[in-house]
Amino acid sequence: MKPLKIIFLIVVVITNSAFTFPSSIGDGYEIGDKAADFKLKNIDGKTVSLSDYKDAKGFLVVFTCNTCPYANAYEERIIALDKKYKLKGVPVIAINPNNPSKSPEESFEQMQERAANKGYTFPYLVDKGQNISPLYGAQRTPHCFLLEKTSNGNIVKYIGAIDDNYQDEAAVETAYVANAIDAMLVGEEIQIKNTKAIGCSIKL
Amino acid sequence: MKTIVTIVFIVVLFGCKESNSERKVVAINNFNMVEPIDIIKAKDITIPVYDYDSFEKLIATNDTKTYVVNFWATWCKPCVEELPSFEKIYDKYKGQNVEVILVSLDFPKKVDDVLVPFIEKNKLKSNVILLDDPKQNRWIPKVDKDWSGAIPATIIINENNRSFYEKSFTFIELEDQLKGFITN
Repeated sequence: MKPLKIIFLIVVVITNSAFTFPSSIGDGYEIGDKAADFKLKNIDGKTVSLSDYKDAKGFLVVFTCNTCPYANAYEERIIALDKKYKLKGVPVIAINPNNPSKSPEESFEQMQERAANKGYTFPYLVDKGQNISPLYGAQRTPHCFLLEKTSNGNIVKYIGAIDDNYQDEAAVETAYVANAIDAMLVGEEIQIKNTKAIGCSIKL
Repeated sequence: MKTIVTIVFIVVLFGCKESNSERKVVAINNFNMVEPIDIIKAKDITIPVYDYDSFEKLIATNDTKTYVVNFWATWCKPCVEELPSFEKIYDKYKGQNVEVILVSLDFPKKVDDVLVPFIEKNKLKSNVILLDDPKQNRWIPKVDKDWSGAIPATIIINENNRSFYEKSFTFIELEDQLKGFITN
């Protein structure tokens, strides 16, 4: 029986490794990956999915929240991006990735309040169960994922920060997200595809 | 030529009759000054401000100390929660060639209103410096290639070893990691 057991173990190991996906959940997306759609509750109570946007050319998915000072510092700029680019077919979809049971100030009601006070022009979705941010690989707020809608699904084109100066919009030298969307819309190669920034860790 | 940066932290104690508090100033010896880009003074607290280039020299380990460098901010809840562990490390290991540097990533314009009162209220004893460098995409990968930029994050570094952690620490976990550096 012993050799059989060993063979069985080997088979188990091989089968398991054969079914391990190259980017397992938790690692998140890389440029070129196909991003999953979702069905999440918006602050108006309705659910939103990427597939609802029949005419979109892409999406700027932004993981953001109510209280993070970096998220707050970028709020106006996220609104400006939405206003500018949804006319060109690339709307902002904001998702709050935090677990409100761990950070009560991220509750649905306070999301509604924040959005109303600041005049959000885009959906602000609850990541109920905290499944979407780990799937995408969002690690902080704010964290942007630019997706291009293709016949082969929504493809990740850019991951990272909005621009290179959180402190002072007037001192921005490279507007990463705007440049990436502009390039995507004319079918050019995006120059900077990945950026890093300080942000608030996500409370899952 | 390789620049040798020797860093010496001079502890300046302010004897303060009113509060009996001890305040530290991070100062650099005068062989190779790593000058902060600014120094914020408020009452009996002094916070040196660095951009990344000067900060990098500050933790260039050409000396025999082990540095525990924690990236934090007053607005970051998990950071604030783990600060007592770093303070405890400072207390317990200050005689053993260990320096704790709390690198605040608070917004520079919030220093007077938020950071200084926070340091006072919590009576922080470790060195607090402010890292003011908005070009984060340039310097975050220099701290560690795998750092997403989320805080808290910590480096433990000495002349033999360097480890980066993008996580929260308990005192026991932090001490466990530090012991590996000290016994090396």
